[in-house]
Amino acid sequence: MYGAFWRLVEGLGVKDARARWERQSPFVQRAVPPLVIALLVILVTLPVRTPDPAAMVLLAIAYALYVMPYRWRRYALPATVLALAVAYPFLIQQADYGRFLFKLPIFNTFPSMTTMVVMVVFAMMAVALNIVVGYAGLLDLGYVAFYALGAYTAAWLASPHAAQFKWPGHHHNINLDIGGIGIPPGVGGIHISIWIVLLAAAIVTAVGGVLIGLPTLRLRGDYLAIVTLGFGEIVSEIARDGDKQTLGFNLTNGPPGINPVDPPGFGVWIAHHLGLPANYLTEAGVYVNFTTVIYWSAIVLLLITIFCSVRMRDSRLGRAWIAIREDEVAAAAMGIPLMRTKTWAYASGAFFGGVAGAWFASYKQAVFPDDFYFGISIFVLTMVILGGMGNVWGVVAGAVLLSYLNYEGLNNFSAWMNNNVLSCNASSQDPAKVISGGCINAPLVSTGIYGAILVLVMLFRPGGLIPERRRQYEFETGVHDEPLMDVMQAPAE
Amino acid sequence: MYGILELINFAHGDVFMIGGMIAASFVISVFNLGPYPSIGMLTLAVVVSLAVAMTACALLNATIERIGYRPLRGAPRLVPLITAIGFSYILQNIAFIWKGPRPVSLPPTLPSGSAFTIGTCPKCASYQWSQLFVLIITIPVLIGLVWLVRYTKRGKAMRATAQDKDAAAMMGIDVNRTISFTFIIAGALAGAAGVIFAFYETTIQYNSGFTLGLIAFTAAVLGGIGNLQGAVLGGLMIGFIQDYNEGLGWAAPGSAFTHSIVFGILILTLVFRPQGLLGEQTPEGG
Repeated sequence: MYGAFWRLVEGLGVKDARARWERQSPFVQRAVPPLVIALLVILVTLPVRTPDPAAMVLLAIAYALYVMPYRWRRYALPATVLALAVAYPFLIQQADYGRFLFKLPIFNTFPSMTTMVVMVVFAMMAVALNIVVGYAGLLDLGYVAFYALGAYTAAWLASPHAAQFKWPGHHHNINLDIGGIGIPPGVGGIHISIWIVLLAAAIVTAVGGVLIGLPTLRLRGDYLAIVTLGFGEIVSEIARDGDKQTLGFNLTNGPPGINPVDPPGFGVWIAHHLGLPANYLTEAGVYVNFTTVIYWSAIVLLLITIFCSVRMRDSRLGRAWIAIREDEVAAAAMGIPLMRTKTWAYASGAFFGGVAGAWFASYKQAVFPDDFYFGISIFVLTMVILGGMGNVWGVVAGAVLLSYLNYEGLNNFSAWMNNNVLSCNASSQDPAKVISGGCINAPLVSTGIYGAILVLVMLFRPGGLIPERRRQYEFETGVHDEPLMDVMQAPAE
Repeated sequence: MYGILELINFAHGDVFMIGGMIAASFVISVFNLGPYPSIGMLTLAVVVSLAVAMTACALLNATIERIGYRPLRGAPRLVPLITAIGFSYILQNIAFIWKGPRPVSLPPTLPSGSAFTIGTCPKCASYQWSQLFVLIITIPVLIGLVWLVRYTKRGKAMRATAQDKDAAAMMGIDVNRTISFTFIIAGALAGAAGVIFAFYETTIQYNSGFTLGLIAFTAAVLGGIGNLQGAVLGGLMIGFIQDYNEGLGWAAPGSAFTHSIVFGILILTLVFRPQGLLGEQTPEGG
């Protein structure tokens, strides 16, 4: 391909083109080709559509990042992504969508703010699950348990739910207010500031993780997977049926869930002294509104999660996790306490899962058992595997991509297919069927798409989109004893 | 099958479900059976759907093995486990596209009366024809399986591969073919089970297989992995506990927590007696 291109150029009469090109500095060799290609594409498409200014700016930023030396890009790339993410509410919440943004091919508009919040929350969960699956190599199929535990802890600690119970040994109902936000007068119950609740939910979930982990982590990998799956089912079943009628004690309020849950906020004192919003619900600007502040706070929480995750990976504990993942027997022989190290991985993964769950509950201002079904565990696992097990940035990318697809992308994709490719007759479409009346309804088979992603990634790119270098070696060479016979080996690809 | 690959095949329950769906299609579309057809028609329908479902599920399982597990045989344990989950989801969604989200209902085709009764009849214990039907199919299949594994050359190869793949390969056993063969057998059995399920329960849904697969796995773990008698005992116990929990109003938490109880049993078994009630018979201990 490369040689053919230069033969073509030299055939056109440019003498020694290839030799002269290869004498250029590496910078020129890297910087010029994309520029030429981009100019050609723009020139060719100019008669059809005028270049969109916003798209041009985005391309220019991407180009600048591509051209700069690695030691700059290392910091500039995350900084740019973060800056764009923080500025996103100002870009999307315009009355005129096309002012700063452009429509993507096939997938149409950029994600809305509500989808963005969900994307960040799922990114947080994926980074947390990555500690368990990516670093320590323990397959956890019941991650939704921690998410649910965090959400329900938050619902208990910041809602009128507890008002139906009495203090132990007392006659009056529970009524506690520690920096609670937006409490209607006289409802009672426990109302604790969300920031304390986040920490409390994280600790409760981490303890839950230890309790689940202690008996089960002795098991071999695949037994562990199925036991965690069982725990996930148990927790979601308790969430669904843990009301007075079935359980005898109103733990989760059953199918209607706990509703309402207090919104987040900093309270009047901090709002007065630091200018942070007292109650997120009362933020009602065009750009800075409830969803926006929720989104920004979620980004801060995600950054904290990423920071802790990276620091833990590089710590003594993190290196012990990776050693266990690579070879449990060798790690034990080197003096790593297997149980304690694995339990720590579990607890850390659960900790941040709890934060994500609590934040989600506070954002929704309610907890519904239907939000915590088994599919979520697989969904988050797919994010980790698609992004690249063990690589934080890959996992974030996988999470953002998949949750976008789940909440908006597949819908947009179906709409585009139905309008442009298929002979769809919307009136004869059955919304409960995947294929009907010449239309498709892709969101219905989302789990099948995740399944296909899991299989394809494992077969063709086991390291994920952005593989962790160390993990890639493991997948390429295998970590077990070398197979004796060639029949056991994977076919060369 | 767990014994030979040491891999929990999450997709197994879904292969079973596909078998049931095939039987449902035959009963509804091909034979167009109404409620309680004649014995001749019923036998024909059962035999044809058994044959088709077993063949199809055997091929399906072999294909899954060929695509999803064989290329990954040298990879870390986690990898085939993840593809198994992926295949499980793919199969569920195929059934979803094929049959839609609602459960597929069959007419009650099996004769409804009692085959025989014990005792005199207001207080008798009756044995239904439909229950006899399950036995009529299950017993020959199980006898065939035991014969295959114990007394044939293929069965010997399977057991050898399960014990030690390298040594089996050195003894001239084609390990890949043996594993494929195991998957074919397992798929055929799952298909047969699916057919029985469809005829007996008369309703099947795209996600029936996954939960049933997990419950079956729990039964196998409870009895002892790789131990046929143990699996039967575990299955009976799990079934009994489920029925007790769902049927009785007192001293039982009720049907809402059936899954919790089953998985609780699974967890307790794995923690306190990982070899199962009757002991494990896999080459490698739990």
